[in-house]
Amino acid sequence: MQFFEDMAINPFLLTGLLAGLCASLSCGIMGPFVISRRIVFLSGAIAHMAVGGIGAAIFLAHRFPYSFGWVHPLHGAVVSALAAAVIIGLLHDRVEERLDTLIGSLWATGMAAGILLIKYTPGYQTELMSYLFGNIVYVTPGEVRMMIILNVLIIVTVLLLYKRLLAICLDRQQAELQGVNVVAVDILLLSLVALTVICLIQTVGLILVIALLTLPAATAAHHFTRMAPMIVASTILAALLTTVSRVAVYGTRISPESAIVLCAGAVYLLSVFIRRMRRARAVSTKA
Amino acid sequence: MTPEAVVNIRDVSFSFQTELNSLLVLEGVNLTVEPKDFLGIVGPNGGGKTTLLKLMLGLLTPQCGSVFVFGQPPRKVRARIGYVPQYAQVDGSVPADVLDVVLMGRLAHSTWGPKFGSAHIDAAHDALRRTDTQDLARRPIRTLSGGQRQRVLIARALAANADLLLLDEPTTGVDAHMEKGLVDLLKQLNDAIPIVLVSHDVSFVSTHLKRVVCLNRTATIHAAHDISDDVVADMYHMHVQPVRHDESCGHAGHGEPQ
Repeated sequence: MQFFEDMAINPFLLTGLLAGLCASLSCGIMGPFVISRRIVFLSGAIAHMAVGGIGAAIFLAHRFPYSFGWVHPLHGAVVSALAAAVIIGLLHDRVEERLDTLIGSLWATGMAAGILLIKYTPGYQTELMSYLFGNIVYVTPGEVRMMIILNVLIIVTVLLLYKRLLAICLDRQQAELQGVNVVAVDILLLSLVALTVICLIQTVGLILVIALLTLPAATAAHHFTRMAPMIVASTILAALLTTVSRVAVYGTRISPESAIVLCAGAVYLLSVFIRRMRRARAVSTKA
Repeated sequence: MTPEAVVNIRDVSFSFQTELNSLLVLEGVNLTVEPKDFLGIVGPNGGGKTTLLKLMLGLLTPQCGSVFVFGQPPRKVRARIGYVPQYAQVDGSVPADVLDVVLMGRLAHSTWGPKFGSAHIDAAHDALRRTDTQDLARRPIRTLSGGQRQRVLIARALAANADLLLLDEPTTGVDAHMEKGLVDLLKQLNDAIPIVLVSHDVSFVSTHLKRVVCLNRTATIHAAHDISDDVVADMYHMHVQPVRHDESCGHAGHGEPQ
């Protein structure tokens, strides 16, 4: 395979693959919680708030190079995505505002702030595009390190709080009666989603974050009925999707990010079809 | 007031506050639940039945009056109360099997980490046996029928070693045959623990329960013409301890929305 031969001379091919695997791990773990807790669009809002943070980081670093030259766009993404997670977690219980209204406002304002800040950064246009649509082709080793750290954080937290996370997905009120601080666990879940979003911004980009967070988990949900196997299955599926699609389109003009998402969509559709067939057969054998 | 009363509710009023107005749901409610009690609470929708249960659980706090469970504020004894919520409460689309759901009744006693210890798993299996659902342990929750689901939720409440069982509309989504089984199960459990059951199904409550309280919106009312029906008339003969109400009702429209 051309891809693996070129890997020896082009280190970016390896970092790109590693970044894909890191993203698969975080979205494979969080995806089942996201679809179970029905916070797919909340995750979208958090992702777009992250753009605001990226814009702010780029603006600061370029406008004030002496004081803020060290600021990386991902720092901005981390801060703003976590802030969005906390705000949404706190508000959605207390405010009378409907949740979808809240999501819409955060979504739009985060994006608008990001675009505005980038526009006012002198001589700066290109990088925002790489966060919107992803750039798996040029991931630096430093970025891979940061993704690994985020992944460790996600894995440790989910292992510690697995039962409580499952409890708030199943029955929030029951969890509260069992002494779980449901608002805190909710905020924690959203914060983990925020970290996942940041992982995914690197590889497939913001626009397609929702797809990679949802499609592998939704596909796994067709075939597994418990949370733990579903997490394992969606992680493996996501890893296969990011790696195989990336290698398959190497050397062609197809962008790997689009290939990954289109493959994920195709696999999901195939899975829907298989499940329908299986049900139809079950019904006909019963009759 | 007896010192050994399981639940003691004195002069409780509760209203839901919104920005514009407040909606009075309960007013001057008095109620005691004795050990071995099997108490039914009936009343029209919006009559405050679920609110009363939530007060007993400490999920809501009354603006006036007091609620004590086992002689303490409800929040402190939550671990001893088994609560079976309305049918729709558990999200059937979440990937979990019956054992996972029942184990959630052990959450208060469990440690950090992804797995429940063997003592918890034994307690969950025991609860499944008591509700005659041990065969369902590995079934995904979304595949259960209404009656099976209700039994599993009762098992979840029992898994917590509950000393009091509160059920909210347990017969919703349960067919007549299953309902009979459910009643037998509850009666059997009632040998050991007191049960409070909320239902809008007057005939169900009046046929099977030891005591019945009629609850309506602003106060607890027990007037026969409120819900005019022969079955209901029968029910009022069963009032062992009618609930006192501080506000008398007008002639026009008991239970009518004002």
